[in-house]
Amino acid sequence: MERHFQQDLELLKSNVIRMGSAVEQNLFNALDAVMKNDAALASRVIASDGTINQFEIEIDNMVVDLLALQQPVASDLRLILAIQKINNDLERIGDHAVNIAESAYRLTETPQDEPLMEIPNMAKIAKEMFQQALDSFIHLNALQAQSVLESDDRIDALNRGMNSKVIQFIKNDMKSIEGGLELLRISRNLERVADLTTNIAEEVIFHTQAKIVKHHAAEEKQKKQ
Amino acid sequence: MNELKTKIRIDNFNFYYGKKHALKNISMNVPEHRVTALIGPSGCGKSTFLRSLNRMNDLIEHTRCDGTVVVDNVNIYDDAIDVVELRKKIGMIFQRSNPFPKSIYDNVAYGPRINNIKEKKQLDEIVERSLIRAALWDEVKDDLSKSGLALSGGQQQRLCIARAVAVDPEILLMDEPASALDPLATTKIEELIHELKGKYTIVIVTHNMQQAARVSDFTAFFYMGEQIEFDETKKIFTMPGKKQTEDYITGRFG
Amino acid sequence: MIQKKILSASVSSATALSAFFILAIVAVVMGNIIIEGSSTITWEFLTGKPTEGMTQGGIFPAIFGTFLLVVIMSIIGVPIGTITAIYLTEYANQRSPFARLIRFAVNTLAGIPAIVFGLFGLGFFIQFVGSSMDKALMPAGQLRWGQPNILWASLTMAILTLPVVIVSVEEALKSVPRELREASLALGATKFETIWKIVLPNSLAGMLTGGILAVSRGAGEVAPILFTGAAYFLPKLPNSLSDQFMELGYHIYIMSTQSPDVEATRGIQYATTLVLLVLTFALNFSAIFLRYRVRKNMAH
Repeated sequence: MERHFQQDLELLKSNVIRMGSAVEQNLFNALDAVMKNDAALASRVIASDGTINQFEIEIDNMVVDLLALQQPVASDLRLILAIQKINNDLERIGDHAVNIAESAYRLTETPQDEPLMEIPNMAKIAKEMFQQALDSFIHLNALQAQSVLESDDRIDALNRGMNSKVIQFIKNDMKSIEGGLELLRISRNLERVADLTTNIAEEVIFHTQAKIVKHHAAEEKQKKQ
Repeated sequence: MNELKTKIRIDNFNFYYGKKHALKNISMNVPEHRVTALIGPSGCGKSTFLRSLNRMNDLIEHTRCDGTVVVDNVNIYDDAIDVVELRKKIGMIFQRSNPFPKSIYDNVAYGPRINNIKEKKQLDEIVERSLIRAALWDEVKDDLSKSGLALSGGQQQRLCIARAVAVDPEILLMDEPASALDPLATTKIEELIHELKGKYTIVIVTHNMQQAARVSDFTAFFYMGEQIEFDETKKIFTMPGKKQTEDYITGRFG
Repeated sequence: MIQKKILSASVSSATALSAFFILAIVAVVMGNIIIEGSSTITWEFLTGKPTEGMTQGGIFPAIFGTFLLVVIMSIIGVPIGTITAIYLTEYANQRSPFARLIRFAVNTLAGIPAIVFGLFGLGFFIQFVGSSMDKALMPAGQLRWGQPNILWASLTMAILTLPVVIVSVEEALKSVPRELREASLALGATKFETIWKIVLPNSLAGMLTGGILAVSRGAGEVAPILFTGAAYFLPKLPNSLSDQFMELGYHIYIMSTQSPDVEATRGIQYATTLVLLVLTFALNFSAIFLRYRVRKNMAH
């Protein structure tokens, strides 16, 4: 006999996956809007943020109900706690997607076409990371989640590179100051997206291995230095 | 949630054991096809209330009650009510599993036989259907002539559920049905309750708050014969409206 | 500490001694009877009639009479006792004056000495009921019912054993768990259906035990049948309810006190006592066995 609690848990998980897909869609669309200079696409992203917020509230309620009513323990408890954080991370990634879309929209209004510099690269990595993180959650695969953690450093490096490049770009052409600032914003948002994606991967590892990756990672970093 | 149909409507119900006022002005609407849990400390009146719903308290001398308990628009305390007929409609599961010292088959067939169902084929059907419904069929189908007492505690309780559903009741009253069972058997009973609510309206008394949280849709908290709070279980266990309820479910009582 | 140990040791040895004493009494009594009696028991003894002023022959009429007495007594007493017990436990309001009165009557009945029952049987059954029947049914001056016979003896015995039956059946009924009754009632069974289908079958073991204990008590009593039906010497078997009969206990009594030659009957006395004891024990063991069988059947 399968416990109906397991069904509830499956439903919760599938809601998270659906929310993840919606966020993925928005993030990808926002980045496409940047790349293709597509104002309409950017507007669509901004408009559909409500769906994601709706998901967040719904998942939040389910988590509270399950905790209060089912008294989950062990892996069930870890999954629900992980989901609670992933829910939060996804919602914020959704917010960053909106930020990126807003920047994309404003970029379409600037007079000239700015070079995107590291942004396509960063976008590619961020997309990959996000897909990997979501996939690792769907299959609760710690190995896959682990690979997400490794990509985060690359994004950080590219983000730092963006700063000097944008400064150089603005120095060359003072009229491009607005576009340059938008590019910096996009870069910073992408960096945040990568951080949050990393969190998701860490939660997956927490759930599957019951080990808190963040602290271990910190220790390892210290050893390296 | 407002569209839920009320199966049992209790209005200003009072119950007295001799001079003791055991239930004070209880009013609630028990929704159809839902599980309603009654919780509260020992002696709070929850069992008395449960037993008032099929008039099992009639068996105790020197008790009296007033107020109404309306099941499907009929006040079951009306003088014209045939208690025997009423109890066919409202099944009861007890705290201690109490199969009759008869075979599994005869246990389940007991109620139908009382209702003058004599034909073997029909009885066979009812027995099988009831045992399936009580999630016991697969475990006992090969030896229905075995004594009900030879089953494990959890199986006995499911046999009692099968016995109760064999007379096709509309309501099932459960008085701490899992309190004497080990955790695994308890889980099975809880799952069963979850499945049964599609077909029956269930009212369950439990000492185990977590159980109330897990199995029920609505929860009533009783204290000293009073109904302190009655609401959706989700609400009771996440944001109870009364401090007494909060204190009880968080274990800060007294 | 030492004092306590001594006290404890002496208490435990004292209790063990008392228990041993009981055992010793049983052993002596049984041993005596078996040793003295067993040599006399033969097939002829068990199946023959007493002869030569009861100094020779067998005791078959007494065995048969005892058996018949017990059967008739049970046929009359057990149903009445059972029904009374059912009324008392299942139907009567426990605190009602009527139920209390019945209980008081039962207790009083249990406390009356057996000889008083004998006198009652003589006065009520023979001189009142029997004589009235004779006046109504028989040609004038003829006695049939107005004299001691096996029917009156059995009825007297039934009244004597009634309290035993009532009390043991009541106990048996009370031992049926409340949960079972409630389960049956909750399924929509009436009170009668519940008693008939649940309470009685489940108290069967206890009721049987009670019935048999009553019977074995009856089989051992002599006083109630002294004036109501037992014959001093009657080598033929009773063939109607209005016949007298021989009975084992009475036979022993007669042989040991009334016989012209008590010494000559010594062996027969022991043998008869042994037969009576074996009969009583057999009844007790069958009670235990029946209870065991019924319980076992319930559990499987």
